[in-house]
Amino acid sequence: MLEIRVDAYPTHRIGGVPVRAGRPLPFGATPVPGGVNFSVYSNNATAMTLVLFRRGEAAPLVELPFPPSFRRGGVYAMTVFGLDELGLDIETLEYGYRADGPFRPQDGHRFDPGKILLDPYAKLVGGREVWGAPRDGVYPYRGRIALDDFDWEDDRPPGIPPEDLVIYELHVRGFTRHPSSGVRSPGTFAGLVEKLPYLVDLGVNCVELMPVFEFDELDNPRGLHNYWGYNTVGFFAPKASYAASGPYGMQVDEMKNLVKQFHRAGIEVVLDVVFNHTAEGDERGPSISFRGLDNRTYYMLTPDGHYYNFSGTGNTLNCNHPVVREFVLDCLRHWAAEYHVDGFRFDLAAVLGRAPDGTVLANPPLLESLAHDPVLRDCKLIAEAWDAAGLYQVGSFPSYCRWSEWNGRYRDAVRRFIKGDLGTVGELAARMTGSTDIYGPRGPVASVNFVTSHDGFTLRDLVSYNRKHNELNGEDNRDGDSANHSWNCGHEGPTDDPEVLALRTRQVRNALLILLTSHGIPMLLAGDELGRTQQGNNNAYCHDGPLSWIDWDLAREHRDLHRFVRNVIAFRRTHPALRRREGALGHSVDGRLPEVSWHGVHAWTPDWSPHSRLIAVMFSAVRDDGGYDCVYVAANSHWEGHVLELPAPPEGTVWHLFADTAAAPPHDAHEPGREPRLADQARVLIGPRATLVLVAREGPPQE
Amino acid sequence: MTLDAKMHIDEGTATIRLSGELDGRSAPRLNLLISDAVAAQARRLVLLVSDLTYMSSAGIRCLLFAHQKLPRGAQIVLVGTRPEVAETIRMTGLDRTVVMQESAERQAAEA
Repeated sequence: MLEIRVDAYPTHRIGGVPVRAGRPLPFGATPVPGGVNFSVYSNNATAMTLVLFRRGEAAPLVELPFPPSFRRGGVYAMTVFGLDELGLDIETLEYGYRADGPFRPQDGHRFDPGKILLDPYAKLVGGREVWGAPRDGVYPYRGRIALDDFDWEDDRPPGIPPEDLVIYELHVRGFTRHPSSGVRSPGTFAGLVEKLPYLVDLGVNCVELMPVFEFDELDNPRGLHNYWGYNTVGFFAPKASYAASGPYGMQVDEMKNLVKQFHRAGIEVVLDVVFNHTAEGDERGPSISFRGLDNRTYYMLTPDGHYYNFSGTGNTLNCNHPVVREFVLDCLRHWAAEYHVDGFRFDLAAVLGRAPDGTVLANPPLLESLAHDPVLRDCKLIAEAWDAAGLYQVGSFPSYCRWSEWNGRYRDAVRRFIKGDLGTVGELAARMTGSTDIYGPRGPVASVNFVTSHDGFTLRDLVSYNRKHNELNGEDNRDGDSANHSWNCGHEGPTDDPEVLALRTRQVRNALLILLTSHGIPMLLAGDELGRTQQGNNNAYCHDGPLSWIDWDLAREHRDLHRFVRNVIAFRRTHPALRRREGALGHSVDGRLPEVSWHGVHAWTPDWSPHSRLIAVMFSAVRDDGGYDCVYVAANSHWEGHVLELPAPPEGTVWHLFADTAAAPPHDAHEPGREPRLADQARVLIGPRATLVLVAREGPPQE
Repeated sequence: MTLDAKMHIDEGTATIRLSGELDGRSAPRLNLLISDAVAAQARRLVLLVSDLTYMSSAGIRCLLFAHQKLPRGAQIVLVGTRPEVAETIRMTGLDRTVVMQESAERQAAEA
């Protein structure tokens, strides 16, 4: 059938290779009958050359300049036939481009035909299959052709309502690279699939993968690694060395299998994507792709041609330029359509709301397009709503009632309350109820609540260090944020003082319990449930080793913490009163209990004064069966305990004790459904620096 | 070295014995044989691969091709797979589709 297509024959020979004018769309390298269609664009180049390599060989096999008739507008397209004659096939072909044009940095142009450039649309990138291996000097990141023959077996996204999500942020390599992980394929997508039972058991239903687009882990001037990977090289290609099958060129299949297996287990996959900058850095950085293809289009430039640096990494992608906007859209559609991913978290997303000259836009075209795109309609869109140039948009990020945000104010409020700062009770109350004061009609699901993330202290370190300890990063401890709102509980770093350790144990649980009983979407940092430490380093981006890998042996030492987290997640999933799409009403409607009510030492009498260190909240929701789902959460950051007068539970129910962080394990958190009944239904004792959670359950009145 | 492939169809089972190198250049020939097997209404495909000196991802993709071409419920058996290939098949999730066996003897015993 394919043989009779009329466009499947060459019309020209270039360098002896049979070719014809290609199709401008789709961009990238696409297998077509009899050959491969190559399409690349540049609005400022004057000439373009396709460079073909045989896999594994340093020097190009053949270079094919595009004749003028193969250019349509700014798009250069060519179909190459007869790969067989060249001794190539889809597997062994690698390609790049040379773009010619002016080198006039003051005008924004940095063309250099001496450089071979990676296709921005390359679906597969060769050259970095082995983590940490030295890179080729001539053309280190090589475009390859990906085949789309994966068997999805009727895969369907879990489609979890946002209010039901419990997100777990993890690093693909760090999750299983440590020898203690016990997996067959450490540090890879396949290794992560092997840990799926652990995640199912823990109860999370969404993983947020730190960057998985091809990046260069050797991109660190201080001789360390770039372990986190916020320096994208290839936006359409999965990181080859994250695939155990990378040396086979099957990283696409291995990552798709990860998504398929996670979906089968009811877990969504969200990707952390970095569109604010690229791996090309500033003037001193390498020309990998964009700089050489069309610097002035892809980057935000000052009037004299220098790079704006809103990302803090040297360059800023020109996201609201129409061409770049389409590129970002195409890229995300690719991941949603081809990889079935369930959402995206956008690194330094405030950059995506800036105009080409850096002006902050009220109605940024890119963000609007993403919010309304049909392919992305069901994808979760999560913004890190700030950038490195001081733009802080938590609550004001242009959301189109579609975007959620990493809620930095939530993080700081919980941290400050727990460490005992004064004047934080009112703020905490607003944060625990979905931050509707800042998100308004967007509801609590606009708020991704977290206390820790990859960026900063781990939870254990948050209660073990007052200051960051980043000396190993090679910048004399200047890097990393100093505003951590952390408290070491009386001793900086490791100690065997039992009082300090007991307090840390409790503080960790206070943070987790508040996080997992708040309205909004909770996000956990992988390893916090195992007591993971980075020894006070709050910016471990550059460490590929035990400091940043998860040590699974911690699971034994911190078995109680793991059980605590597991029970609290299960509790959240049991109680609709904690998982709200819309903001909770603070007043009674039709005689029902208010959806949220505030309490203190005395029921119905919260203490909002600046010196208050105690707050209690009762969440209630009407269940499908007409009864109440009712949960009472009290948090005390005072160093003394208090007796709390309890509000009456709904009629026909009595208070049961789910969790008390002042209690010794296993009484710190009970198994949901098996909570012991409170002996005294009128009052309860909350310990010093403790959090407790009660649940109203049916039961006979006290005898 | 090139690929040598011989097919034998018997009572709905197509057995293909492969030797040499199965890579991107030779894989289309195996796909043609698989198409022939489908045309001959095979319901079971057995690939004897222990004599292959090399099998690339294109060879693994032939299994995907076979899975898509053969009728639903058809069995695909791979006999004599090298460990690294078996591992790749497992890591990409194809092990749910393909039965891997160590030797033809065992395959014959179970048939």
